[in-house]
Amino acid sequence: MKIKSAKKHCPAGAKSGAKLKSHMRRWEALALKKSLVRLPERRARFVGDSGMEIKRLYTPLDLRENDYLRDLGFPGEPPFTRGAQPTMYRSRFWTMRQYAGFGTAQETNQRYRYLLKHGQTGLSVAFDLPTQIGYDCDHPLAEGEVGKVGVAISTLQDAEDLFRGIPLDKVSTSMTINSTAAILLAMYIAVAEKQGVRTESLEGTIQNDILKEYAARGTYIYPPRESMRVITDIFAFCRKRLPKFNPISISGYHIREAGSSAVQEAAFTIANGIAYVEAALESGMDVDSFASRLSFFFNAHNNFLEETAKFRAARRLWASIMRDRFKTRDPKSAVMRFHVQTAGSTLTAQQPDNNIVRVAFQAMSAVMGGAQSLHTNSRDEALALPTEDSVRIALRTQQLLAHESGIADTIDPLGGSYAVEALTGEIEAGAREYLKKIALMGGAVKAIEAGFMQSEIADSAYRHQREVESGNRVVVGVNRFQSPEPPGRQVLRVSPSVERRQRRKLAVFRRKRNLRRAQAALEGVKNAAGGTDNVVPPILEAVKSGATLGEISDALREIFGEHREI
Amino acid sequence: MNKNFCRKNFFRRKAKKIRVLIAKPGLDGHDRGAKVVVRALRDAGMEVIYTGIRQTPEAIAGAAVQEGVDFVGLSCLSGAHNHLFARVVRLLRKKGAANIAVFAGGIIPAADIPGLKKAGIKEIFPPGASTRDITQWVLRTAQ
Repeated sequence: MKIKSAKKHCPAGAKSGAKLKSHMRRWEALALKKSLVRLPERRARFVGDSGMEIKRLYTPLDLRENDYLRDLGFPGEPPFTRGAQPTMYRSRFWTMRQYAGFGTAQETNQRYRYLLKHGQTGLSVAFDLPTQIGYDCDHPLAEGEVGKVGVAISTLQDAEDLFRGIPLDKVSTSMTINSTAAILLAMYIAVAEKQGVRTESLEGTIQNDILKEYAARGTYIYPPRESMRVITDIFAFCRKRLPKFNPISISGYHIREAGSSAVQEAAFTIANGIAYVEAALESGMDVDSFASRLSFFFNAHNNFLEETAKFRAARRLWASIMRDRFKTRDPKSAVMRFHVQTAGSTLTAQQPDNNIVRVAFQAMSAVMGGAQSLHTNSRDEALALPTEDSVRIALRTQQLLAHESGIADTIDPLGGSYAVEALTGEIEAGAREYLKKIALMGGAVKAIEAGFMQSEIADSAYRHQREVESGNRVVVGVNRFQSPEPPGRQVLRVSPSVERRQRRKLAVFRRKRNLRRAQAALEGVKNAAGGTDNVVPPILEAVKSGATLGEISDALREIFGEHREI
Repeated sequence: MNKNFCRKNFFRRKAKKIRVLIAKPGLDGHDRGAKVVVRALRDAGMEVIYTGIRQTPEAIAGAAVQEGVDFVGLSCLSGAHNHLFARVVRLLRKKGAANIAVFAGGIIPAADIPGLKKAGIKEIFPPGASTRDITQWVLRTAQ
């Protein structure tokens, strides 16, 4: 039976398969055995980040089950293992998109202009935590947090300052915003309209992925059901009004940062993706009307081969789920397009210049894996937000990969590597196991409510930490090859005056607006939230009427309630 | 009798587990480090309570007093540490719980450490600190 399938799938045929096997046995018995006596291996067992055994050598024997057309195919065609588009980087490089934002809208606007001047090709907005959790900068809970991890945006005026002088019909903008995604999207639309840009032509992405916020990142506001409803409202709104915009970026990045393995990252992301598709279907949408605009976001971690395999495996797995489970008719509905960011958690505060090298090979795995856009971390991010100098090196790293390394000149250059194909298969199989478990729990929402993803992630994180502390996992500069740290490294600091200035600006904004108009618009938001109307149009109206981010969030809190972590 | 009672009490106190509250003040949701520290301290035989993310300094100080902990460990990666950590210490003092030792970790620039120590944070564990260092520090300080 096995021989028969080998005959069918093994490109070399059964006869040469048997021949190869006997050659391999001979090699193991003679050359290898002799060598192992003289030079024992570094470890008894080699394992990848996901706990998979990494073999000494991969050969065509590991790909016996592979069927080229079924499992790999051609780029731009199902199952998309080899790439999302037919020409990949031969036509256009990935979008170089550095996540940035700090302090006031004006300061961040300066950083965007700096990045665009140095050849960045898309914007990526980092918001501060009050903005992400729906508090204006003058809220008591915002104290100490304003402008710290991102830019502070409370009003439409802040959003205008953020994009001042940046033509929104020429750049695509990604916004890392989840619970308050509808509000920031509304502000973006309002700014575009003021610039005279047609809404239909806007390109970009809002993260809008609440499930991973409950599981790993923490910026939730409303309970899961209500949050899912807002998300599907955004899907429906974007399909009509912003057809070129990605209304969601289903994110494994933060799951990995919280400590998961590569397999868990792929599995949980796809489980969340399935939950969003199901929610959209339940809201009455046709799968082919929205699926092609779903986008994804992954982490590029240290293990180069495993990471490259992960990207390929995720693309193949998603394609099969969309085709088999959701019966998509349009092939585009089954394509997984994704953004990648290098792994922040791998950056070390010790010998921070080493991070430049880490980031380079992590980014290389993203390119090998066929990413559509990429953020490369800066060397100083284990210490603070990056300085301009550090950000420039990070961007240059991408430009080096694109223009000098040659890896962008052929599609999926590691495709067909015995090791990478075997790992791709193993990661897909491991992720499928998790998906089965999650399905038995009733899907991703239930699995998160039960704390399943969270505890799986925490277990992996703790295992990782113990490996580092036992020395089984080497972190250069931390538990091996340490050297004295020079004091007084230059890091970026957000001035404490930012909070004061933001509050003053907000107070002036509130004084100048037409309060009655804003209040009426907020009533409209509440009515939609309490009923079945799409909440996005009244939120857009509220933003234009001078309602603040905190006020709109509060209006929704009143109707939806707030989520409490168990 | 009385002497005996005292001795028993003495032994009981000696055998009493160290109690630690690990807390996430502010809006930051990065709790990988906090959770790892919780487990490591538990593995070292301590009783550890974790507050979960997004707690106010008031709630943290209240919980510390109510639970009668010996230590409060604060974690913050959002850059709001100067404001939040100092506030927790102030509130503990106000509640007459200045004996609770506060330590902290997260993305804390070296330049901020002297100020935080002056504000009453006993020890800061920056990125790359090992759980062994943290555990040993707690055990040493508890003596």
